[in-house]
Amino acid sequence: MEEAFQLALQSAPFLLKGAYYTVILSLGGMFFGLLLGFALALMRLSSLRLLSWTARVYVSFFRGTPLLVQLFVIYYGLPQIGLELDPLPAALIGFSLNMAAYACEILRAAISSIDRGQWEAAASIGMTRGQAMRRAILPQAARTALPPLGNSFISLVKDTALAATIQVPELFRQAQLITARTFEIFTMYLAAALIYWVLASVLAHLQNRLEARVNRHDQES
Amino acid sequence: MIEVLRLSKQFNGQTVLDDISLKVEAGEVIAIIGPSGSGKTTFLRCLNLLETPSSGRIKVGNVEIDANRPLSQQSGLIRRLRQEVGFVFQNFNLFPHRTALENIIEGPLVVKKTPREQAEALGMKLLAKVGLAGKEASYPRKLSGGQQQRVAIARALAMEPEVILFDEPTSALDPELVGEVLATIRSLAEEKRTMIIVTHEMSFARDVANRVIFFDKGVIVEQGEAKALFAQPKEERTRQFLGKFLGTQNTDY
Repeated sequence: MEEAFQLALQSAPFLLKGAYYTVILSLGGMFFGLLLGFALALMRLSSLRLLSWTARVYVSFFRGTPLLVQLFVIYYGLPQIGLELDPLPAALIGFSLNMAAYACEILRAAISSIDRGQWEAAASIGMTRGQAMRRAILPQAARTALPPLGNSFISLVKDTALAATIQVPELFRQAQLITARTFEIFTMYLAAALIYWVLASVLAHLQNRLEARVNRHDQES
Repeated sequence: MIEVLRLSKQFNGQTVLDDISLKVEAGEVIAIIGPSGSGKTTFLRCLNLLETPSSGRIKVGNVEIDANRPLSQQSGLIRRLRQEVGFVFQNFNLFPHRTALENIIEGPLVVKKTPREQAEALGMKLLAKVGLAGKEASYPRKLSGGQQQRVAIARALAMEPEVILFDEPTSALDPELVGEVLATIRSLAEEKRTMIIVTHEMSFARDVANRVIFFDKGVIVEQGEAKALFAQPKEERTRQFLGKFLGTQNTDY
């Protein structure tokens, strides 16, 4: 028992370094995924057939294929057509593209759930569509979108473990490396699991606080 | 002041509005009445382009929209027109995530770029005007339907429009809340504000409007001085409609 504890302590710097990459991948995937997802949602809602159709195909592909396969295509596949990427950027791109597909659907659904009267009210005081979106629609769509977005983000944190398969020295990969050296399989993977748990919990907590914030007009007088 | 020229709207092969022309002078209060499906609400919504006319022209002040040309090329003009045309919706359509005051100052703040302090001063004045002083921090869901509609009226007023359009402003209200909204509109009429009101409140139309327009099947069947039109409608269809209204009123009481 004490040995296991000693080992965990010795490995802590390695695990934390891995956790650092996990956080980078998660935050990066969330940020770029949300950005691209929002653009895709706007395309999807556009009256221009070509735009909405492109977004539709994109979402269908990235939701319809395994994330692991997507990462392999990007990291191992692209070099064959002359595009070589380091592990970290490759993983970041993979997670962002994948998250964007989910974010697109969540945002599209949330935006279309807002009553047409809200668009009309904004238009009737002379707002542009952009102003209406920013000032009237998005703040309301946010409360619908936050819970499913939170779910997707938490999934992403755990999915970053897949980056181990394309050489990113993230948390799970570090645990694997230490395990290979020490054979302390149970301790190391359990330690890694606990760190994932902490990260996901922090995210869940932030999500709850944000939800309370966007819902405040429901509670106060 | 307002000039509508040969406005038509077809929808799914049906003619909803058929070649309607109308002139409104500054300070006039116009009530539009007519059976449901007569096109009166569609007409009102066309006036600020919430609905797209198939053809015709709309002029408010010095802004003119030509619906015979693609509207997508006139979006800047349309926004200018909408700043001159306040709109009060049947279902209020307040922004639920903003307080009463924030709802009112949203237009001045975002569209007119009025400094916040000045916009808030205006907003507070308008809240008091519609009888809701002290409610500035209330969110719409904490307000009654009548209060929400009065905030919506203040929101329209905040843009200082040339004309305010009302689309059945009391139809979504509980009967006991109708009076307070009508009183607010009546006080605006007394200030000689230009207004066009689509309504089912016949006695209100008779008492407050200068001119009443009777719509049916997408055309203006008859229009005239309010009291005269109610007392002695010239057209058979108007008589029938007003008779039915009087009939239902009799069964109500």
